[in-house]
Amino acid sequence: MMNTSQLEIAKVPKATTSKISGSEAVIRCLLEEGVETVFGYPGGAIMPVYDALYRHVDRLTHVLVRHEQGAAHAAQGFARVTGKTGVCIATSGPGATNLITGIADAQIDSTPIVCITGQVPSHLLGTDAFQETDVVGISMPVTKWNYQVSKPEEIPYAIARAFYIANSGRPGPVLIDITKDAQFGELDFKYEKCERIRSYHPYPILDESKIKEAADLINQAKRPYILVGQGVIISGAQKELIAFAEKVGAPMASTLLGLSAVPVSHPLYVGYLGMHGNYGPNVLTNECDVLIAIGMRFDDRVTGDLDRYAKQARIIHIEIDPAEIDKNVKTTVAVNADAKQALVSLIKKVNSNQHDQWIEEFRKCEKTEQETVTRHELFPKSGEIKMAEVVRRVSEMTKGKAILVTDVGQHQMIASRYYRFDETQSNVTSGGLGTMGFSLPAAMGAKMGKPDRQVVAIIGDGGFQMTIQELGTIFQNGIDIKILVLNNHFLGMVRQWQQLFFDRRYSFTELNNPDFQLIAQGYNIQTQKVDKREDLDSAMKKWLDHKGPNLLEVIVEKEENVFPMVPSGESVSNIRLK
Amino acid sequence: MEDKLYSEDHTDKEEKEFTLSVLTEDKAGLLNNITIIFTRRKINISSLNVSNSEVAGVSRFTIVTVTTREKAEKVVKQIRKLVEVLGAFVYELDQIYYQEIALYKVPTKVFLNGNSIESLIRNSGARILVIEQDHIVIEKTGHKGETHDLYKKLEPFGLLEFVRSGRVAISRSKRKTEAYIKELENSESNRLSIKDF
Repeated sequence: MMNTSQLEIAKVPKATTSKISGSEAVIRCLLEEGVETVFGYPGGAIMPVYDALYRHVDRLTHVLVRHEQGAAHAAQGFARVTGKTGVCIATSGPGATNLITGIADAQIDSTPIVCITGQVPSHLLGTDAFQETDVVGISMPVTKWNYQVSKPEEIPYAIARAFYIANSGRPGPVLIDITKDAQFGELDFKYEKCERIRSYHPYPILDESKIKEAADLINQAKRPYILVGQGVIISGAQKELIAFAEKVGAPMASTLLGLSAVPVSHPLYVGYLGMHGNYGPNVLTNECDVLIAIGMRFDDRVTGDLDRYAKQARIIHIEIDPAEIDKNVKTTVAVNADAKQALVSLIKKVNSNQHDQWIEEFRKCEKTEQETVTRHELFPKSGEIKMAEVVRRVSEMTKGKAILVTDVGQHQMIASRYYRFDETQSNVTSGGLGTMGFSLPAAMGAKMGKPDRQVVAIIGDGGFQMTIQELGTIFQNGIDIKILVLNNHFLGMVRQWQQLFFDRRYSFTELNNPDFQLIAQGYNIQTQKVDKREDLDSAMKKWLDHKGPNLLEVIVEKEENVFPMVPSGESVSNIRLK
Repeated sequence: MEDKLYSEDHTDKEEKEFTLSVLTEDKAGLLNNITIIFTRRKINISSLNVSNSEVAGVSRFTIVTVTTREKAEKVVKQIRKLVEVLGAFVYELDQIYYQEIALYKVPTKVFLNGNSIESLIRNSGARILVIEQDHIVIEKTGHKGETHDLYKKLEPFGLLEFVRSGRVAISRSKRKTEAYIKELENSESNRLSIKDF
C-alpha cells in the first residue's frame, strides 16, 4: 500500500527544473511561503540547511537565539502579533527537545508555528546515533501535525502541508523533522502551496439554522453576556464583534488570550475573566440569562467549578474546533464555525437592543472592586511600589498602544488587569501552558514581526531567569524592546498560594537574585533600577524613550497578593476580593 | 422560555462497551497518534485492529473500549481532529456487526482418548485449523462470549496456547465509505470564504 506522501508526490508533475539540494529546497519553500524571518540555532544535523541559509541572508533574516526554547517562543511572539506563521529551526536531539516547551505552549494557545528540525541520517534512525531523539514521537501529543522527511523529494510536500495546517482553522504548531541525508540529497524542485487535504477540514461549514437558533435566544435575552476569546483575534473578527455587541447591547468580557480584541475603553467592555480577573465579569457569569462565548474554550481558569458555572444560563458557543464544543460546558446552541464568519451572519439576524440596567450591574461591581482592590493597587499612598501602579504607568505612557508581552505569574495577572489595551493583537502571553520564561523571547519575536510598534516585555524576577540568556540575542540583533522586570525576590504567585492555602510555608519560593543591572550591562543593554515611587516616572520615561533595548528593574512589594481571586475549584460566584 | 435547559442523560455516565471505527489515510505513526488520545485520558483500549478498508489507501481502525458515552464521544472528537483521520464513529453493540477470532492449541493426544473433543468442536461451530503430531490448532470465530465459552470447555484438556484477535466491526448504516470520502474530497471546508461585512 502506498502511503499518503507517496500518493501526493506521485501527483506532482515532474517539472523540467534543474536539481537542487534538499537543504536548498527547505529555504526556497520558506521563501515561497513568504517567510522573511526565522529564529533558530544551528547544530550537526541541521548544518546543510544553515549552509543553504547562508546563501539567502539577503532575503531571509535569521535570528540566532541563545537556546532553542527561545526560538520557539520568538516564533510564537511573531505569530501572535502578525497572524502569520512563525518559523523556528533547530538541530536534532537536544536542539529539538529544547523546542518542546514552546511547541506545547503554541499547541495549547493555538499559535501557528512551523518548526524545522534536523535529524540523523536515515540509515542511522533508531540506532541511538549521536544526537538522535525520536522528536516525531516526542512532539506528537503537542503538535497539530508532524512529519519526518527522509527523502529530499518529500521536502516541498511536507513544508507546504506544514504551513497550510499550522495556520488554518484553529492554528497550532507543526514540526517537520528532516534527516541529514534528505538535506544533502537532490530533487527536482517545484513548489505548490497546499490548499486541500481530504482528511483535514479546518473550516466547518456554517450551519445557518444554528445562527437562527442563537439569534432567537439572543433576541429574547434580558441579560445577555458576551465572552471574548482569542478566536476573535485569530479570525480577525474584532470589528464584527464590536458591531454585534453594540447591536444587541450586550456587555463583553475577555479571557486572558482574548485581551486586546476589544479596546478597554469601549463602553460595553466590562473587563477580564478568570481566576484573577475582574469582579463583575466573574460573578455576573452566574447571573446572565444567555452566555455568548466566542472563540474560547472554557478553560478551568475561566470557569472555576464547572458544576457551579453559568447553570442558570442558556449557552451559545461559537467555536471553530468541534472538539471544544460541549467539552467543558454543555451548550444550548453550538455554532461550530469561524468566529468572523459566524458573527457576520449572526449580526443580520439579531435585533437591536439595549440592556442598560444589566450593564449597570457590571458597573456596580466595578465600583466595589475599585474600592476594595483597584484603588489601593493603583494609588498607594505609602509603602513599597506595587506592580499595578507600574503597569498603569506603562499603560498611560504608551497610551495603551504598545504590544504587551507578559510572562507567567503575579505580574502577568496584574498586567492583564491594569494595562488598558487600545489596539488589537497587542497581548502576547502564555495562557494555557503558563510557561515561565516565555516573555523575553516572545517579545523579540513580536518586535521582529511588528518593528514599527512599541514592544514592552513585563517579566517577574523568576521567569526572567528562565530565559535570561536571550539578552544576548537582543543585544546582538539590536532588538528594540523595553524590558520591565518587576522584582519581588519571590516566585510570587506560588508564594501567594503558599500564604493562602499552605499556612505560609514558603517552600522554596524566595529568590536570592543576581544583580540584574550588571547582567544587562554585561550584554551592553541600557538599564535602570527603581525602588522608590518618586523615581518611577522619570526612570520610566527614560526607559521608554530610549532608542534600542532597555531594561527597567522595579523593586516591588515583596509579599503582595493578587486579588480578586477565584480559589482553585471554587465557583466564580465565590471570587475573593481580599 | 422554558425553565429546563437541557436534560442531563444519566446513561451518559454509565460505563459500557463502545466500538470505535476510524477511517484514516495510511500513514506511519498514526496508530501512536490515536492511542495517545486514550492514554492521556487514562482510558483503556480493550482491543484494537487495523486493516485496509474497501477504499484503496484508506485504513480502518476498530477500537473497543469500556468507558462512558460522554468520554467515548470526546475521544472520538479528538481522533477526528488528527490531520490524517478521514472519519471516526462511535457505536454501541446494536449498531454493528462484529466478530473476533480465537485460536486454541491443544495436545494431539487428547483426541486419542475418544471423540468428546471432536463433538465439542463441532457443536461450538469451531474448526480444526491444523493437526500436527503433538498439537492441534482449533479456530473459532464469534463474539467474545462464544470464544470464551470454548476456552472454558477446552481448558480441562490442557490448553497449550490461546489467543483472541481484536474485534472487527462494520456498521449497520447504509453509508458507503467511498461516497463518504468523495464527499470529503469535494467539501468546501478546506478554506474560509466570508462575504464582506
